[in-house]
Amino acid sequence: MQISYANFRQSLPRTIWDWLILIFLLLCVLFFLMPIYVMVVTGLKQAQNVSLSTMWQLPLHLSGGGFYEAWRRLYPNMGNSLQLTIPATVLSSIFGAINGYIFAKWKFRGANTLFAVLVFGMFIPYQSILIPLIQFLEQIKLYGTIGGLILVHVVYGLPICSLIFRNFFANIPDELIEAARLDGAGVVRIFLLVMLPLALPAFVVVGIFQFTNIWNDFLFGVTILPNPSAQPVTVALNNLSGSFSVDWNVVMAGAVIVALPTALIYILLGRFFVRGLLAGSVKG
Amino acid sequence: MRFCSPVIALASLFALMQAPLTSQAAGEKKLEVFSWWTSGGEAAALNALFDTYKNQYPGVEIINATVAGGGGSAARPVLQTRLAGGNPPDTWQSHPGWELLGQYVEPGYCEPITELYTSNGWDKAFPKDLVGLMTKDGKTYAVLAGVHRGNDLWFNKKLLEKNGITVGDKLSMDEFFADCDKLKAAGIPALGVGDSGIWASAQLFENTLLGVVGGQGWTDLFAGKMKWDDPKVKEAMKDFAKMQEYLNPDHSALSWDQAIGALIEGKVAFSSMGDWADGEFIKANKKENVDFGWVSHPGTDGSFIIVADGFTLAKGAPHKDAAIAWLKSIGSKEAQEAFNPLKGSIPARTDVDKSKFDAYHQWSMKSFASATLVPSCVHGEAAPAAFQQALNDAVTAFIVDKNVDNFANALVQAAKESESNK
Amino acid sequence: MPTAKLQILRSSQAKAPAKRKRITSERFLPPLILVPTLAAIITFVYVFILITIWVSLSRWGTLRIDWRPRDPLFEAYAQMFAMPRWHADLRNVLVFTILFLSVSIGFGLLLALLLDRRLLGFTIFRNIFLFPYALSFIVTGIAWRWIFNPETGINLLFDGLGINKWLVSIGAAPFRPGWTTDPSVLFSVNNALGHVFPAVRNLSVQLGIPIALIPVVVAASWQLTGFAMSMYIAGLATVPNELREAARIDGATEFQVYTKVVLPLLRPVTVSTAIILGHVSLKIFDLIFAMTGVGPGFATDVPGIFVFDMTFKATRYNLGAAASIVMLLLVAMVIVPYLWRNLRKD
Repeated sequence: MQISYANFRQSLPRTIWDWLILIFLLLCVLFFLMPIYVMVVTGLKQAQNVSLSTMWQLPLHLSGGGFYEAWRRLYPNMGNSLQLTIPATVLSSIFGAINGYIFAKWKFRGANTLFAVLVFGMFIPYQSILIPLIQFLEQIKLYGTIGGLILVHVVYGLPICSLIFRNFFANIPDELIEAARLDGAGVVRIFLLVMLPLALPAFVVVGIFQFTNIWNDFLFGVTILPNPSAQPVTVALNNLSGSFSVDWNVVMAGAVIVALPTALIYILLGRFFVRGLLAGSVKG
Repeated sequence: MRFCSPVIALASLFALMQAPLTSQAAGEKKLEVFSWWTSGGEAAALNALFDTYKNQYPGVEIINATVAGGGGSAARPVLQTRLAGGNPPDTWQSHPGWELLGQYVEPGYCEPITELYTSNGWDKAFPKDLVGLMTKDGKTYAVLAGVHRGNDLWFNKKLLEKNGITVGDKLSMDEFFADCDKLKAAGIPALGVGDSGIWASAQLFENTLLGVVGGQGWTDLFAGKMKWDDPKVKEAMKDFAKMQEYLNPDHSALSWDQAIGALIEGKVAFSSMGDWADGEFIKANKKENVDFGWVSHPGTDGSFIIVADGFTLAKGAPHKDAAIAWLKSIGSKEAQEAFNPLKGSIPARTDVDKSKFDAYHQWSMKSFASATLVPSCVHGEAAPAAFQQALNDAVTAFIVDKNVDNFANALVQAAKESESNK
Repeated sequence: MPTAKLQILRSSQAKAPAKRKRITSERFLPPLILVPTLAAIITFVYVFILITIWVSLSRWGTLRIDWRPRDPLFEAYAQMFAMPRWHADLRNVLVFTILFLSVSIGFGLLLALLLDRRLLGFTIFRNIFLFPYALSFIVTGIAWRWIFNPETGINLLFDGLGINKWLVSIGAAPFRPGWTTDPSVLFSVNNALGHVFPAVRNLSVQLGIPIALIPVVVAASWQLTGFAMSMYIAGLATVPNELREAARIDGATEFQVYTKVVLPLLRPVTVSTAIILGHVSLKIFDLIFAMTGVGPGFATDVPGIFVFDMTFKATRYNLGAAASIVMLLLVAMVIVPYLWRNLRKD
């Protein structure tokens, strides 16, 4: 996006309505940042100064508050989360792209029914399949491994990824495919040479979607990986509070730390996310 | 067929990652301990157990499998799915009583460790009633690390003094309500509760119930000899309903520790809570018998609700020898003396050095030695988990509708259902 | 529509005999490529659902696994539908879904329209509104619990900002919401409905809006309004400028341009957004778990929490499975017609 003087001039509020809109948006910003303020401010306090009745006040002394302790206890698991989230995101994007391509461009008899069967999987309540899931992983010897957890995230990510890619590819003109076919390209080569290079915006959306979902997952992480040194960071965050005692400053600081990677992604890539939604998933 | 490559990549990735994280190469000495002590004093206490163990049995690597939330949040699903899936930790944390015997021993997830009791003289060191809570058909299945007292009433001493209230060695229900009225007249919520986790209210009810039915009534009730719609139970329900009038209005938005925080700040006067609350006073640098005080929950003097933490031996434990050594270590005097001051509980052994403990815990030890010991229902010791849940649900509904008959009927029904489910 | 075109082109291709080999590969390869995905989904979704149905009919009511069928077979379902708690759960999840969808879609659309004017700081606003979506419910639930604490939280804020002082000075009552702790139900329709269906009068729950649910709606909307907004921003960008210009030339006011031209074109976006948010809200668990728990008198309890409590706390596996099957049916009632309609259209 280029910032030019003309653009800037245009963006200045002119009418009273514009000013009202701006003020309204600023109020919304205050509202949207309120929980973040509570988390950061509480995280910066010392344990003995944390109290509900002073929750809006800034910390009295400037110190790291709960952040040191939270970081000390969370950073080993940050690595696990990355090790888990990145391959799972990449794999589910790849599979999503392949499936979406087939469903959009190579419709065979019954393809739509199969697609419905696939997409429905996105909506199941995960608590309900937990026990068969663990028993199944146990049987294929993947229980307790990061590989097992990746597999689970990839499989349950297939519906949404395929959906987004299908909608994206459906908007790509068929003429492109026809041209490639006339040049002798087959199903696989059209995908690799024609579709993939075009699919970057969809990859961004799916990537952001999956990264966020997998990073924030707690249920699968805690049940599939019993070994705490291998568990994702959300589980470690939960472990910051004990069964009876809770250091709120550490918990809040930990919450901020865990939220940072995904928040950063949205702030840096938010523009692409909206654009990708535009290109791909917006469809009735 | 180039499209195959991601599939192959995936397959090889899984092959690489298959090295299981939980099992070990033969010959390596390891021990996996599953608990929900993840933070603060609890984690420190668990580490003290580990240190004692490492001193006594060097060379074993401990896998500390902790998941926060013993009250039922995350830890239990993990443990239960692991047990059901046939992948148990070597040893895990359990309350004695029904949780241990009904939930873990009965389906065959535990090995008996009776031999440890006879060969180490534990049958004399631990109170008989307590060992009885871990024994089925003559076999004992767990060792206790420490014991909390559930039926304590904590108070802000300075606030009470300011309102002309003194609390003696014990408190009757009538005296308690008289104090509450005085505080209410002064505009102070007398009783602080933080029941965003409903168990805190269930605990208040449990303590009140014990105060009315007494130790023998308690035993009869959970043995099915007394019914849940008995007039005495209903009387306890009425007392419990009356207490609701003196509560802090924001109780359902607070956690129990925030309620203790309100007590420390002088916003409420009393709070009925197990003695893990003591740690909150210490954290806030409050002095025993100066800033805060305690007494048995009204009417429960002479009874002691046990909320104890023990460890089991898994059937099919991957590292059986190390696990037996672990249990032996927990039962030792050193471990009990190291663990309990940090945990804020008292040793399950009665032959330890009392001087290491503060005034509250010495009081608790005295009570432990003389009072009738009863298992807690709220903490899963007295009744099946299904009943425990039904009690929580009935309390949730009762706090709003205050209908004694509905409350009693719900519990009668729950007792019937959990009986048929056994 | 594009598919139809493709079909025509493809059939003209098929006439070329030299390319028969490729035609076969084009016929068999696409379904073949999908085999691994479908195998995984059939196992991980459908087989597991069947197992769960079996569990709900079994005697597995303690930690001991017991696959034998129960007698009577549907006992778990009967027990569940006899529980007042379950009635409250069904009411809550429906009320929550309606409120949450209206607030986040309405508010998201409003923000998108306002940002559509591309005023100063447009990108910053958009990213700030979107970013709660990046956080996990577990994280934000805790912060919201503090904010809605009836004694402190927003009430301190109102006092601090002098709002209550001002309210008192003009003779109004101070605004001190104690929502999270309030078990009462707004707009109860039991009596009114009772005239039509007398059975309603015997219900153990009040049909209406539980006050304690309002903060949960606020928190959930806070989290997902940004998502709805993004969908609408994306949708707005597809509305051709020429269309708006044409409307303006025809003498439409700015307001009419939006109501008559833009909004109708955004209908498909609304449907997609509603489906995505709808399934989030029917399955909601983490946020309520961290924020209010079951709430006063089950005012914020939902089936997701019921399943968790019954399965893992009460170890009544059959009851938990039965509840999750009902949850699945609820979700299916929303999703299946949508999928059906959508795929028939293609």
